[in-house]
Amino acid sequence: MEFSELIKTATVESVLLAGTGLPAVRGTLCITSHHLLLSSCPGGDGQPGTVELWLLIRNVDAVEKRLAGSSGTITLRCKDLKVLQLEIPGMEECLNIASSIEALSSVDSVMMMYPFFYRPQDLRLEEGWHLFPLEQYFQKIAAQTNQWRLSDLNRDFTTCPTYPAGVIVPAAVSDDTLRRAARFRQGGRFPVLSYYHPRNGTVMLRSSQPLTGPNRKRCPEDEVLLGTVLDEGERGFIIDTRSAQAAKQARMTGGGTEPKSSYPQWKRLHRPLERGRPLQESFIKLVEACNDASLSMDRWLSRLESCRWLSHVKAALSTACLAAQCLDREEASVLVHGAEGTDTTLLVTALAQVILDPGCRTMVGFQGLLEREWIEAGHPFHLRCARSAYSHARLKQEAPLFLLFLDCVWQLSRQFPFSLEFGESLLLALFDNAYASDYGTFLCNNEKERCLCKVKENTHSLWAWLNQPEEKKKYLNPLYSHNPLVIWPSVEPQSIQLWQGLFFRWIRPSQYLEEARAEMQRLVEAKEAPAKESAGSRLSRSLSDPAARTENER
Amino acid sequence: MEHIRMPKVENVRLLDRVSSRKAALGTLYLTATHVIFVENASETRKETWVLHSQISSIEKQATTATGCPLLIRCKNFQVIQLIIPQERDCHDVYISLIRLARPVKYEELYCFSFNPKLDKEEREQGWKFVDLNEEYNRMGIPNDYWQISDVNRDYGVCDSYPTEVYVPKSATAHIIVGSSKFRSRRRFPALSYYCKDNNASICRSSQPLSGFSARCLEDEQMLQAIRKANPGSDFLYVVDTRPKLNAMANRAAGKGYENEDNYSNIKFQFIGIENIHVMRNSLQKMLEVCELKSPSMSDFLWGLENSGWLKHIKAIMDAGIFIAKAVAEEGVSVLVHCSDGWDRTAQVCSVASLLLDPYYRTMKGFMVLIEKDWISFGHKFNHRYGNLDGDPKEISPVIDQFIECVWQLMEQFPCAFEFNERFLIHIQHHIYSCQFGNFLCNSQKERRELKIQERTYSLWAHLWKNRADYLNPLYRSNHSQTQRTLYPQMTPCNFLYKFWSGMYNRFEKGLHPRQSVTDYLMAVKEETQQLEEELEVLGERLANLQKMQLNGNKIQSKQQDRGKQLGLSASTNSLANTPQEYGSDLKSFPSRSPSQGDEDSALILTQDNLKSSDPDLSANSDQESGVEDLSCRSPSGGGCLPSEDSGKDSDEAVCLAV
Repeated sequence: MEFSELIKTATVESVLLAGTGLPAVRGTLCITSHHLLLSSCPGGDGQPGTVELWLLIRNVDAVEKRLAGSSGTITLRCKDLKVLQLEIPGMEECLNIASSIEALSSVDSVMMMYPFFYRPQDLRLEEGWHLFPLEQYFQKIAAQTNQWRLSDLNRDFTTCPTYPAGVIVPAAVSDDTLRRAARFRQGGRFPVLSYYHPRNGTVMLRSSQPLTGPNRKRCPEDEVLLGTVLDEGERGFIIDTRSAQAAKQARMTGGGTEPKSSYPQWKRLHRPLERGRPLQESFIKLVEACNDASLSMDRWLSRLESCRWLSHVKAALSTACLAAQCLDREEASVLVHGAEGTDTTLLVTALAQVILDPGCRTMVGFQGLLEREWIEAGHPFHLRCARSAYSHARLKQEAPLFLLFLDCVWQLSRQFPFSLEFGESLLLALFDNAYASDYGTFLCNNEKERCLCKVKENTHSLWAWLNQPEEKKKYLNPLYSHNPLVIWPSVEPQSIQLWQGLFFRWIRPSQYLEEARAEMQRLVEAKEAPAKESAGSRLSRSLSDPAARTENER
Repeated sequence: MEHIRMPKVENVRLLDRVSSRKAALGTLYLTATHVIFVENASETRKETWVLHSQISSIEKQATTATGCPLLIRCKNFQVIQLIIPQERDCHDVYISLIRLARPVKYEELYCFSFNPKLDKEEREQGWKFVDLNEEYNRMGIPNDYWQISDVNRDYGVCDSYPTEVYVPKSATAHIIVGSSKFRSRRRFPALSYYCKDNNASICRSSQPLSGFSARCLEDEQMLQAIRKANPGSDFLYVVDTRPKLNAMANRAAGKGYENEDNYSNIKFQFIGIENIHVMRNSLQKMLEVCELKSPSMSDFLWGLENSGWLKHIKAIMDAGIFIAKAVAEEGVSVLVHCSDGWDRTAQVCSVASLLLDPYYRTMKGFMVLIEKDWISFGHKFNHRYGNLDGDPKEISPVIDQFIECVWQLMEQFPCAFEFNERFLIHIQHHIYSCQFGNFLCNSQKERRELKIQERTYSLWAHLWKNRADYLNPLYRSNHSQTQRTLYPQMTPCNFLYKFWSGMYNRFEKGLHPRQSVTDYLMAVKEETQQLEEELEVLGERLANLQKMQLNGNKIQSKQQDRGKQLGLSASTNSLANTPQEYGSDLKSFPSRSPSQGDEDSALILTQDNLKSSDPDLSANSDQESGVEDLSCRSPSGGGCLPSEDSGKDSDEAVCLAV
């Protein structure tokens, strides 16, 4: 396929661009394989144009066109929730532009996506892809206990197509046993270590549901695997992210839960979390409500309630806290799973680690967590983030679990404003890049696909970009100070707020809040200043000047 | 005191509202001014102090096996649940508190016994701290258009107005008196705010007694005089802050609103703010939502919406914005009234002033604003806030709503206010506490008769003395946000109005952010200043030392030591807290014991278990809970914050000792 076939009209003159909160500009619109550009020529035709818009077409979620007389208006609703309007002279041009954008934005082939073409000058291709090797993570655990080992039984992705090559498993369990246990778990996602709690040696495991089915099948290897994790007389908790009812029903389709009789040391807790289509619909409804300017104060609150997004935030946080509480307070190991073990499971395990582990609250540690618990753990980003909240396309497997995770982390950062090394801007950047990106980090659904597409060889890593010193600075929290303790958030409704920075990013006036942020930065930097620079410089000034004078006096 | 039937009850339990399992055992004391609960736990002996004047309701609930529950709700939104072992004791405490919480004479109020150990001169200075004549001078008045009038010098025209009122120069005593006869409670139009840049002004009054057809020449002349005092504008806005229906209903009672045909060049405008009864019920409903035990997100949002509270806040704000725009953008003067002109009118005038004039966004200016629009113009503090036992239908959170409007603005304009949230919360607290004389009575006349200034102390001086606690670290007098008129976004803006948990769940510490950015930044700022001062001193010393040929290196290293001493190392602000009941509805087996197959016993995740079983861990959890107490302190040692939040004020302690 050639991109040029999809582009019906490449350039249109005198297009008016408008977005919320921005002054409208007129310029030349240009469509390339991956971008929509609008450049204005303030100084007349001879002058080089200023680029007013540089939009990744993959970022376009919905294209709406409205024709009026000889011109038309195209509304572009983006995956990052921004809304842009293009007023295009000429009906045909308008239709052509709209259909070109539509066609280009729905190219579904991974290898055709922009990250495979993006070649920034200041980054090397391989940079950032191996920042967080599982080996390194395992070494930290191995330094404290010999009960775990790093297994490469999945090196060719045959045991579990959605797991990475390496997994951390109980040392006492052989690869053979693991392979058999994997056959008893949906998609082969057998229980693996997600987090080791150094304070008391308890662990958090994750998996998919067991395939007990209607006949209550058992799997001795799976039972051995889970049994090994606990010492004699020790108890563990299985946090099932489905309701007891839903878990029971799953038996009809071959799934199910761990029956008490077969796993006597494990206690099952059901914490239903929303996933799949209902979660996507919640996201869509919330964005709709946020964009509805006609709402009165009263109706706003009921709309907010009816889209249920904040309830999902509360539920996700509570469940993660429960998992963390089991580990830290109950001193009991935990297994988390729902059905496939690629969505709400990862939401809970990742979030629990942010709460428990100060290491995950640093800039680098958080990236490592995302790499380990979302990307390598096989969250199907390609499917889940194919469309955002505006798309009119029929929903397939889209669901904003990753956004829900980011929202929960934002809630933590609001309740513990000094405890996270990164700020809201990082969370926003991650949201944007998960849905449309120049980088390959969030491409594909799992490591196997990434290998097949040679993502790590042929695209740049987002982490390489983010960790450049100049770039990194933008994402740091100026108030950060290392907090070695567990951060237990409040999950009361009074404590949970709508993430305005995301849902109202393009709507609310941000000037005053930006000013406040700048002021905060200024204060914190001023704190350093007199002690370091200005003290140094002033002292040296007062040192050098009198010195010169004494020289003269002599 | 004769009303105390039971000065002391032992073995009382104080329940934690968020977590019902945590209860503290202790002793309850009733004093002449406070209810005090002292925990038995020997290492902390935590005290909870509640002023009688803060008590809004006392509820005795059905006796259970554990004792007799007593629920005390406070006007500062604290809710205290006690369990008293003996029903008879409980009854005595209940009867005593009922009486103590409802004083019948002003002299019973706390401010008449409160003694902050200031001498007479300091007390007088305190009362002079806010001077309204000075304030009108600051606005540029008197001038060619406005003058001070002594027509009300002995409260002869209007007994709820101050003696000194500012009116247009062209309004003669005859016009004023005539107009006052045509206005409810004789509250004639008087100046609230004057914008010297464009001569536009905000005046306030009560409703006209127009009925269906009545007219009053002097009142018409009065409005004309106000319009003419703004030569740049050819009309005057008259804003009636009531819903139109309410205003029309008033016509039947011979009151009502201005007929545009009778007054020359006015533009009449309704802005529907509901009356005090609607507001009282709305707050009541919202507080019920706040009191829900582990509500779901939906319960909370539904409840909040049903209460209508934020809708009312927005209505007040919208009215303020309308007036501020009329004055600043159109240069048109505005006359504001509601029915009596002492509730909604006060809210709206003060919100508009705050938006218009950066001065009111400073700490001193805010005190002046409350003094001007609320205290001097006869807002009925005693009736609205129930200081003395009275008609419960008169009670309404009118100034609370204004204070919340200010908070909502602070959230939208974080750099625009010199003061912080704590300042607002403490003002709200003291409006009800009756610890200071400022908010006593219903009018200036009553306060003078009571000789308030000779017998009580002023809150403003007290707050000013502690102003370091109330500063907003993001405020800079030369910041662009501080300088201009504030224009809050009008649409879409619903999401800008948020539930203020810092106020309404003020005592539920667990609900709030665990680390205070304000306190941290304030400490950073202070220490930066200290370092800079230090630097200056060192610089001077250096200049001297250099004459003695001394090496500067030594000093430089000393400077660094000083930096360390100040303890700005950010790690001191790390903190932790304890988990909430994330698993309260959780079915499980008891921890660390063989399964009993009992699916219904609650998962007991407590620290106590850990403490008894594992000494190491108990140390750890102690450390954690210990750190929790530091949560709202400044990073550099803190402990200097006003302690009203913990229910006890150092001043109050002094008083009791006296």
